[in-house]
Amino acid sequence: MRTVLLFAVVACLILGTGVLQSWNAALLILNMGLISAIMALGVNLQWGLAGLFNVGVMGFVALGGLAVVLISMPPVGAAWQAGGGGILLGLTLGAATIVAAVLVWSRTSGKLRGWATAAVLLVGMVIYRMVLDPAVDAVESVDAARTGYLGGLGLPVLLAWPVGGVLAAGAAYVIGKTALGLRSDYLAIATLGIAEIIIAVLKNEDWMARGVKNVIGLPRPVPYEVDLQNDPAFVERAAGFGMDATTASTIYVKLEYGVLFAAVLVVLLVLAQLALNSPWGRMMRAIRDNETAARAMGKDVTARHLQVFILGSAICGVAGAMMTTLDGQLTPGSYQPLRYTFLVWVMVIVGGSGNNLGAVLGGFLIWFLWVQVEPMGQLLMSGLTAGMPDGSWLKDHLMDSVQHMRLLTMGLILLLVLRLNPRGLLPER
Amino acid sequence: MIDLLNGIVALANFVLIPAIAYGSQLALGALGVTLIYGILRFSNFAHGDTMAVGTMFAVLVTWGLQGMGVSLGPFPTALLAIPFGILGAAAIVLLTDKYVYKFYRAQKAKPVILVIVSMGVMFIYNGFTRIIIGPDDHRFADGERFVISARTFRDMTGLEEGLALRTTQVITVVTAVVVVAALFWFLNKTRTGKSMRAFSDNEDLALLSGINPERVVLVTWLIVASLATVAGVLYGLDKSFKAFTYFQLLLPIFAAAIVGGLGNPLGAIAGGFVIAFSEVGITYAWKKVLVYLMPPALEPDGLVQILSTEYKFAVSFVILVIVLLFRPTGLFRGKSL
Repeated sequence: MRTVLLFAVVACLILGTGVLQSWNAALLILNMGLISAIMALGVNLQWGLAGLFNVGVMGFVALGGLAVVLISMPPVGAAWQAGGGGILLGLTLGAATIVAAVLVWSRTSGKLRGWATAAVLLVGMVIYRMVLDPAVDAVESVDAARTGYLGGLGLPVLLAWPVGGVLAAGAAYVIGKTALGLRSDYLAIATLGIAEIIIAVLKNEDWMARGVKNVIGLPRPVPYEVDLQNDPAFVERAAGFGMDATTASTIYVKLEYGVLFAAVLVVLLVLAQLALNSPWGRMMRAIRDNETAARAMGKDVTARHLQVFILGSAICGVAGAMMTTLDGQLTPGSYQPLRYTFLVWVMVIVGGSGNNLGAVLGGFLIWFLWVQVEPMGQLLMSGLTAGMPDGSWLKDHLMDSVQHMRLLTMGLILLLVLRLNPRGLLPER
Repeated sequence: MIDLLNGIVALANFVLIPAIAYGSQLALGALGVTLIYGILRFSNFAHGDTMAVGTMFAVLVTWGLQGMGVSLGPFPTALLAIPFGILGAAAIVLLTDKYVYKFYRAQKAKPVILVIVSMGVMFIYNGFTRIIIGPDDHRFADGERFVISARTFRDMTGLEEGLALRTTQVITVVTAVVVVAALFWFLNKTRTGKSMRAFSDNEDLALLSGINPERVVLVTWLIVASLATVAGVLYGLDKSFKAFTYFQLLLPIFAAAIVGGLGNPLGAIAGGFVIAFSEVGITYAWKKVLVYLMPPALEPDGLVQILSTEYKFAVSFVILVIVLLFRPTGLFRGKSL
């Protein structure tokens, strides 16, 4: 009952935006709300179900975005010829170095062990850089203004969504292998670090996805507005609804995105619910509530943690790929931990950790607030400053600061919920 | 022989001096994190933003002082502003403790809940800083820029390489030494400091022997606010003040605290320098030094830079992982839960 009511409230908020502002704005909130809900679902799986403290959501989301570029952009032939082989060889050598170092470490013992491993790493690193660097330079100099990267595989963009999940899962495996089984704060710091590193790699490895030069014009799974406006049948139908072709086309495109996203959300939500209520889900909660007891019952706690960590991160990766598809561009410079990691956490906590529907609700609600706090703050500030003379520095300063209100508001919401209703809007059953 | 001297000077100029300054800043930051961990028993994610808040107050006062024409001659005016910054940060931090953390302490909430609470506090501090001073970069260092400029050094010694020693670097190291010495004197010699250590070692025993926990917590927050402000102002003088950069400092600071052993003040200092030296060392283009030290035949072609500077976060992270894998309690045996 409570669930239905709260979802109805959120629906009213979004519909209200449609009536009061514009339907385009409302659909924009809805679409990002769907994506946020998926991210929240991923974090809820890790935190709500297993009690894992992952603050590297941003990194997994960005990996999803990278997948879109790698899958959907057409390959740049000249760049592949210039240095594609060199880069592949270099990366293989780099991976081989790490494998060799691990082998040396595990097969030797005694005093020489550390030195031998370090020597293998050093030599491998030098060879790796000697192979990779010239290839990278060659690739990046191919028509640097427009491409300067290897391009993607030219496959349908929808394929990038699961691939984004796989990439994120791969990263989660590596990080989980090292940091899980240690204390919870250590996992937090480790994930925080890996997220920063992933963003640094995306920003600097221009051969991969153009770095801060951004990849724009990603292929879309839905028709382009311009094509719709030039399609007489569409214009006629739009006229039937009493809309001009431009507005109708933008709304139509957003609706189609919305349907795609909603389909993914529903599938993931059903899977998450099934998992939650399965023996596996009960085991996860048992591990969360009493690790020692679960271990005594013969459960492999670390392996189960690794499993759920990978699953949750993969969901974040899928959401990241969807978001980049919606944006139509990959802009590594725009990934900020406050927005992509900590905001998702606010969603999960506010919605109700441990409850999948709660996470979805939190995703919609918090995203709505994140978008709408700014106009609300604007209103508040113009009310406050109405009596001040125009051009006074305090007024300018206050009006400028409106855009930072949202951080303050989100912090306040998080603290209030944690204090007054720590189990969230929809508590775990 | 002269080559060797040149090499050493280049090494000092580009690696040793910047790393020592950066390491002192990190050490001060890590000390704050480690004290909160030891006494309040949670990882404070808002620490970077606490630094930003304190520095912000100091910057505002600096501007005010500069406007009034007050200056310290060759030293940056900001040094005069540090006490005001500490007052501001202490006020904010104590208010936060009263209205936020105290409730959870009374409840004996799990540490991870407090970490999430500190995330909310982080949001609020971050928004607060940005609302008051804006998200932009601010330079507020003034006074004499160099103690020895590269040129004077070259003229003095006749060496090819110059050694620049910036005022802010000297001030950073001197201040850090003074602050750390004062902190250790306080922790080891005074009654309050001893009660803090007792509280950190064994809470129940400390309570039994009549130590007032609220007083310990109050003093801890005051010390943390001071350390954070000093670290923030020194970092800002050395580089520049920007709210987001301070938030990002969280990672190297936590890495330093964990590498040294969470809850162990000595470890925090060692960790700060380990992280700083590896960051600077690994992202520095060594060619400039190697040119002097290697025989001409072996001179390297490339820059001999292991990682580009944008990857400095990766360095703190890798060190963190290595320490966690091989010595989970840190170099100096911190607490493990």
